[in-house]
Amino acid sequence: MAQNKVAPPKTSFFAGLMRNQIFIPIAALLLLTIFNLIADPSFFKITLAENSNGDPVLNGYLITVIDYGSELAILALGMTLVTAASGGQDISVGAAIAISGSVMLRVLCGSDSRAETMQAPIIVAFLISCVVAMLFGAFNGSLVAFFKIQPMVATLILFTAGRSIAAWINHNELPIVKDVSFSYFGNYFPGVPIPTPFFIAVICFIATWALLKFTTLGLYVQSVGINEKTSRLNGLNPELIKLLTYVFLGLCVAVAGFIKVSRLSTINYSVIAKDIEMDAILAVALGGNALSGGKFNMGSSILGAYVIQYLTTTLYKFKVNADALPAYKAVVVILLVIMSAPVVREKFAQLTKKLRANKEHTQAANAASN
Amino acid sequence: MKLKKLLAMSISMAMCAAVFAGCGSSGDNGGKSNGGGKSGGDLIKVGIINNDPNESGYRTANDKDLKEAFSKENGYDASFAYSLKNDEQIQAANKFIQDEVDYLLLSAADTAGWDTVLKDAQAAGVKVILFDRTIDADESLYEASIVSDMAKEGQTAVDWLKGQNLSEYKIIHLQGVMGSAAQKGRSQALTDTAAAEGWTIVNEQTAEWNAEKAQQIVQSVIDSGESFNVIYAENDDMAKGAVAALDKANISHGVGKDVVVMGFDCNKWALEELLNQNWNYDGQCNPFQSSYIKDIIDKLEAGETISQKTIIMDEKGFDASTITQEDVDNYGI
Amino acid sequence: MREKSLLEMRGIYKSFPGVKALQNVDFTLCEGEIHALMGENGAGKSTLIKVLTGVHVKDEGDIFLKGHDKAVQIRSPKDAQKLGISTVYQEITLCPNLSVAENIFIGRGDGHMVNWRSMNKKADELLESLGINVKGSQQLASCSIAVQQMVAIARAVDMDCQVLILDEPTSSLDESEVAKLFVLMRKLKARGVGIIFVTHFLDQVYEVCDKITVLRDGKLVGEYEIENLPRVELVSKMLGKELDDMASIKSDTSDSGVDMNSEPVYEGKGLCSTEGISPFDFNIRRGEINGFTGLLGSGRSECVRTIFGADKVTGGTVKMEGTEVKINKPIDAMKHGIAYLPEDRKRDGIIGDLSVKDNIKLALQVKTGFFKPFSNAKANEFANEYIKLLDIKTASVNTPIKSLSGGNQQKVILARWLLTHPKYLILDEPTRGIDVGTKVDIQKLMLKLASEGMCVTFISSETDEMLRTCSRLLVMRDRKLVGELTGDQLTQKTIMDTIAGGDKNGTE
Repeated sequence: MAQNKVAPPKTSFFAGLMRNQIFIPIAALLLLTIFNLIADPSFFKITLAENSNGDPVLNGYLITVIDYGSELAILALGMTLVTAASGGQDISVGAAIAISGSVMLRVLCGSDSRAETMQAPIIVAFLISCVVAMLFGAFNGSLVAFFKIQPMVATLILFTAGRSIAAWINHNELPIVKDVSFSYFGNYFPGVPIPTPFFIAVICFIATWALLKFTTLGLYVQSVGINEKTSRLNGLNPELIKLLTYVFLGLCVAVAGFIKVSRLSTINYSVIAKDIEMDAILAVALGGNALSGGKFNMGSSILGAYVIQYLTTTLYKFKVNADALPAYKAVVVILLVIMSAPVVREKFAQLTKKLRANKEHTQAANAASN
Repeated sequence: MKLKKLLAMSISMAMCAAVFAGCGSSGDNGGKSNGGGKSGGDLIKVGIINNDPNESGYRTANDKDLKEAFSKENGYDASFAYSLKNDEQIQAANKFIQDEVDYLLLSAADTAGWDTVLKDAQAAGVKVILFDRTIDADESLYEASIVSDMAKEGQTAVDWLKGQNLSEYKIIHLQGVMGSAAQKGRSQALTDTAAAEGWTIVNEQTAEWNAEKAQQIVQSVIDSGESFNVIYAENDDMAKGAVAALDKANISHGVGKDVVVMGFDCNKWALEELLNQNWNYDGQCNPFQSSYIKDIIDKLEAGETISQKTIIMDEKGFDASTITQEDVDNYGI
Repeated sequence: MREKSLLEMRGIYKSFPGVKALQNVDFTLCEGEIHALMGENGAGKSTLIKVLTGVHVKDEGDIFLKGHDKAVQIRSPKDAQKLGISTVYQEITLCPNLSVAENIFIGRGDGHMVNWRSMNKKADELLESLGINVKGSQQLASCSIAVQQMVAIARAVDMDCQVLILDEPTSSLDESEVAKLFVLMRKLKARGVGIIFVTHFLDQVYEVCDKITVLRDGKLVGEYEIENLPRVELVSKMLGKELDDMASIKSDTSDSGVDMNSEPVYEGKGLCSTEGISPFDFNIRRGEINGFTGLLGSGRSECVRTIFGADKVTGGTVKMEGTEVKINKPIDAMKHGIAYLPEDRKRDGIIGDLSVKDNIKLALQVKTGFFKPFSNAKANEFANEYIKLLDIKTASVNTPIKSLSGGNQQKVILARWLLTHPKYLILDEPTRGIDVGTKVDIQKLMLKLASEGMCVTFISSETDEMLRTCSRLLVMRDRKLVGELTGDQLTQKTIMDTIAGGDKNGTE
């Protein structure tokens, strides 16, 4: 309207940050950190100790956070893109993890669920599980993209059927991988003191960053998410792009599933990655991304995922009943929704403006007195 | 546009239907193929309503045991219906009553809401035997109820723990889904004894039967630096998760080691852990109810009356120092 | 308050974060007066209207209404409605999924039960009295935009308003509909209703209005009687500078003859699409500007959409510079150097949440390819180049496009397509709903591009714009191409005749 002739308002660093969506997860992170600092600073203690194989490993709550937050952060990558492009969420990621994990163990164990040695190299099993997970992603994606079904409804199908499919893959058995090298991926590589899942997550972040940096995926996904018709008129194929995001999420699912099954060297398809879809969606929301699609900030989602794990670990530390965890997460969601409401933001902006005005006033006064 | 949407919707509905039909039909087919033996005449016709065998290893073993026991070779014509939902189970029960089964075997998803169906069954002359789970209904409505005594399972385990005569007891207590029968029974035994004996409960937390959660909870205790020497996990999965956390932090566990690990359910892999001395104790929750059920049916067929309506199964507890390969093969599920 | 005045706004201030939208603005509306509120985009017209209707609450100033002793407080649209102030906005703000009658009466019930039959009947009577040809029971979405606009006006009329605000009501109406609207406005005027009329169409202002208030940069320029303010003066007051007369545009290009014997850049034969236009032939040569004209809904937009592949193409052959090509999707057209600026800017043109920079680079980026993203520096360079070239008013290249004014949004989209360096540029209503200055800019730009060898197809509801720029006009009627006008035939009258279907000169 009227602002086009006005120079952009002066922005202080803080005000700039406020406007950036990454402000939300950072604020949450700071809040939790301050709480922990006051309640018990030992939360931040990290020690170097030897594990049962005699290798040095780092211990401490923070290590736990970056370790256990990995799967969630990886899923958040895919969920962010899916949300941005299709304006909806995939609620089948937990079930899809059960499937891809089952496939992986099925390949590794062969027909004998108690096989003493691995029947196939880990990389082969991993690649096969990737392909399967991406196929299921493509299934979800094509329902959404070509049949124009609401994402939540479309993925409800796999959400319902996924764990049964996972059970079927291993004939209702719970296979166990006995080879210790398989467990390195969910725990520690001998001699490396930092948990492997964190490395895997970092690799995923870098790969995703590169994907967004060296292709135009980010622009396309946002365009399609914001205005499908315009995107089409600018030569994009919105259906294909939506499908791609679901396939990408499938890949994320496979990686997260790999870490999950490696942690315990086995899989319980009925409870593995239970309710993780809700956490992944929450991570996206906590990252300040609109769940109705459009613009996204990947870094913000990743941070959101770690904040959720941070919260979980904090609650475990204070021995909050695990039953009550969802209630605490609900509180976070409520705060989030309120914080991102336009009314509150406007009030906040007014407040900072006033503060800044006061500051400038006093500065001016000081300058005058000097 | 509208047409397209409609089409898409109908296709997706069809897909859903196909998925569900797929699940349903497999059960139905099982029923029919078994029902084909009706012409056999003197086969005893039973309808079995169970929870989804995919629910847990326990349920899988339970289902397998029933299927083997009530085979045609053994003189039974059995139909199966699976559901985790009470209303679907009730529907299945009504269908079995219409099909004029001789016996209705029931592991109810929910304790409430069965009165009407059971009265119908009684009126139709169908004899009802409950297994694995009890229901809130008058005893006269069923012939017998074969159950595990979770409190007894817990007590056996806690007694074993007491018998270890540790110099001190610092226990991490990993609970199942709060409010479930298994959780209540197994928790109660530990809570009572710990109070009586002055044991320390370092952390008591529900991991909801879930290994991942158990791992995080134990990790949290380790991170806090609190010392502990017993892990009392109310099922094997959670014990496994706990052990994964211990391994990560270089805390030794098993026979003669720093931490005593206890689990329940006697999964085969868990008993193998015992055999390898990595865990210390595993309590059985007997899924092999078919022999008890058969006993009842035999008695009823012979015209005897059942004096004891509630039958509690024998359940063992295995100690790592005494377990044998034979035990693993016989009792592992 | 002055005698006879219905509404007085005194010393109105309103600011948004970083922007002073209104500064000390006065406005007076008398009974039975049609009062034009004029100004460029961003001058503060819409803000003033929104203050009056309670969408925004003013920071300072007083509003007096006839029949109220003291200044009235308007804090919400509901307050405004109660005080008899009704608005019909530029963008349709009705509910497309409800019926016409429901839209007219919605939110006005006093808690009584709804009697559908009587409601529909009342609506039908009202619509008939206003000469709007639609049934009350019809679903609003099934009506044309023009009719929807009329329904919005009918709703306002039915609320017995004292003050009726029409915010760009005519931008989606064709001439006969505009004429009907003016009849209606005069009727209301005779009843003593004061009408505030916001528009970009100067002709319309001079046709119906009594007074003009001009705003510029959030400040009041002045209030004028219509007869005391010639057009040129009005425009210069709006722009704040002397405008080189619009008539001068054509003169410098009238000599640019197009070689009609050269090979067409684009040649289509028997084109048709799923949108139900009769197959048509079309060609355009280097340096040519031609245009499709016809009434709203005559199929002129559908023709260019078919050329670009925006609708599903069902038949026809296309030659680009002599070689046969297939154009089924927009990307095909783009690859052959065709660019298309769509009619509905909001729906088909902008990517609202994305920055000006991203909006500018989008089409070229898609054309360049998935694995060759532009660096940030490159994108900035592109954006800055075109922001300067087209004089786009934006705070920065990173400003979301949706916060720009309509005219500037249009320029961004134009920049997007110019960046792809098209051989053939299609502009569908590029001047709709934007301010005079930008309109002139766009027309000049078209002529400049054509003189550099680009070919341009131009569609506009304003025939004089097309006459000023096009050397050839294709006339559409009822989804058929019914005529082609060139040279001397290019007059208002021949166009009208051809559109109307007279069998006089011009048709072949």
